[in-house]
Amino acid sequence: MAVAQAKYDAAEALIQAFPDPSFKTGKWATEARARALATFRSQGAPHRFDEYWKFTNPATLIDPVAPKASVFEESSGRPFSDIDRVMLVFVDGVFNPEQSDDPTLAGVEIEPLSEAMQADIHWASSVYGVLEASGQQPVHRPLAALNTAKACSGFVIRVTGKASKPVAFNYLHQDEHSDAMIHHVIKLEEGADLTVLENGPAAARFNKVIEIDVGDRAAFHHVRAQGRDHERRAVTHLFARLGRESSFKSFTMTVNGVLTRNEAVIEFTGDDAHATVAAASVGDGDFHNDNTVFITHDAVNCESRQVFKKVLRNGATGVFQGKILVKPDAQKTDGYQISQALLLDEDSNFLAKPELEIYADDVACSHGSTCGALDETALFYLTSRGIPRVDAQNMLVLAFLAEAIAEIEDEALGHDIQSRLERWMERRRT
Amino acid sequence: MLKISNLHVALEEEDKQILKGVNLEVPAGSVHAIMGPNGSGKSTLSYVLSGKDGYKVTDGSATLDGADLLDMEPEERAAAGLFLAFQYPVEIPGVGNMTFLRTAVNSQRKARGEEELSAAEFLKVVREKAKSLKIDAEMLKRPVNVGFSGGEKKRNEILQMAMLEPKMCILDETDSGLDVDAMKLVAEGVNALRSEGRSFLVITHYQRLLDHIQPDVVHIMADGRIVKSGGPELALEVEHNGYADILAEVA
Repeated sequence: MAVAQAKYDAAEALIQAFPDPSFKTGKWATEARARALATFRSQGAPHRFDEYWKFTNPATLIDPVAPKASVFEESSGRPFSDIDRVMLVFVDGVFNPEQSDDPTLAGVEIEPLSEAMQADIHWASSVYGVLEASGQQPVHRPLAALNTAKACSGFVIRVTGKASKPVAFNYLHQDEHSDAMIHHVIKLEEGADLTVLENGPAAARFNKVIEIDVGDRAAFHHVRAQGRDHERRAVTHLFARLGRESSFKSFTMTVNGVLTRNEAVIEFTGDDAHATVAAASVGDGDFHNDNTVFITHDAVNCESRQVFKKVLRNGATGVFQGKILVKPDAQKTDGYQISQALLLDEDSNFLAKPELEIYADDVACSHGSTCGALDETALFYLTSRGIPRVDAQNMLVLAFLAEAIAEIEDEALGHDIQSRLERWMERRRT
Repeated sequence: MLKISNLHVALEEEDKQILKGVNLEVPAGSVHAIMGPNGSGKSTLSYVLSGKDGYKVTDGSATLDGADLLDMEPEERAAAGLFLAFQYPVEIPGVGNMTFLRTAVNSQRKARGEEELSAAEFLKVVREKAKSLKIDAEMLKRPVNVGFSGGEKKRNEILQMAMLEPKMCILDETDSGLDVDAMKLVAEGVNALRSEGRSFLVITHYQRLLDHIQPDVVHIMADGRIVKSGGPELALEVEHNGYADILAEVA
């Protein structure tokens, strides 16, 4: 079995490539990491012949050495600059306290992962590697297991109340050969409320996992801006477990980046909960953006929404793999999934695999996937009113993305994302 | 103002001649109407003048105040003062009506080297003009034409015309799909815009609209040509006798 052997060999090479932590891990972390390492070894590295990777070649994600990515000058202010937030800065994947805010926020405990890992007993043990392991079935996610086994950087955050402002991770990229791995754990206790913001290219290659345990009646909001640095690569995983009447809302904007694979794995475990995963991607040229989502309904009367919009041109590729699994007892499930691509030329591609697997009988699930060009009739209407063709195109592109941006609950954050996309298009007027 | 000479137009996709030598001159400040049976080329004429893709001009010319229209992009024609009120206004989800109007107004001003209107200035003007067309704030906020009734769409066309203040307005079957009251409202909107420096070309099937928008000249179009021109009485003749008599007469 040449493919199987290749997967195992690649896994061993990756294990060797990432050093063990410089600190001594406590009991819980040592065990969690060992379990993940065993999982990764048994699965092997992802391979382009794997069904789950057939649209996205993982070769450059599993190379023991990260491919080089040039660092680009910041052309405009960073995302979320106008938002009052607790900012935590990472440089090439390493936490930088000097550039960061004091991590104190009422109702929120923020602790570096490295410190939490040195304790023998820690609350994080109920989440770290646990949600990730739960998300390994029925589909393998080896790069997430590798992350759990090897990550030394990140934060563990426990939220007991309503946070007065967002926690913002700002990932700076300075070294064009950096290979960063970050793992965050977020636990929202009953009734807690937190917004997490993420932005920045992070590194030449970035492997990131966030595990989010959303307690009963808790609410988690996530807005992420993946931009700049055209040559950067990233594989990210969100693992979330949702309690009764909880709410989870995640939005991602992806612009630039030669390869981005964003996975979201969400499990409803308590009744009457809500989850939204949305993304707006804009790709020009050497751009491959993969959104892979797996939502498991294992509770009654839960609602999930997936809204994915991609605008692609000059040979850019968009991928969507989205699955809704409704278990036998998950009655009254309401699942909605839409993935749409706007192809601005004939060189661009959109590859989609929407899946529904339903075992309950009282369920409302809908899914749709489309791809097409700009509406020439609408373009003519706009230009006939004196709007130059390029501006008219941009208006229609933004209108197309608006449905995804509308999923961001906070108005100021939605506006920030909107203006960023506007500026991106302004810079790329042709 | 508008001068069309010997205009020949074919479809780009198939080799089908639609306009076969149209001659028409609309002087400044006048209202001309074009009537004609289905398939005579009326809508094609309006599209070709405003620059829609899919048509091939095989001969002839069209100028606006001496400038060659056919050589311009649609947005340039608009900035030069041409406006087409669509027979079927296009719905554009995700683009707010107000944003659309302001972008259009300011794009034209920019193209003409004029200063752009501020948000406040724009708002003041648009509210005033919308009011006379019975367009409420809600309709201005909604996406362009999305969920608008037939009458609302046509009123929205006239609002755009009022905001853009074009020199040459082409109304393509603006009366289609309108009840009598809606038609009156639209006609009032058009009449309010009539002025010495502004001309209209009103394309319609029926004489009805011309009761409300009084034309100076009526042209009958058939098979890609203007076959007869006359005063408003020509419209009445069509109303009473249909096109058959006129077509037989010129054949």
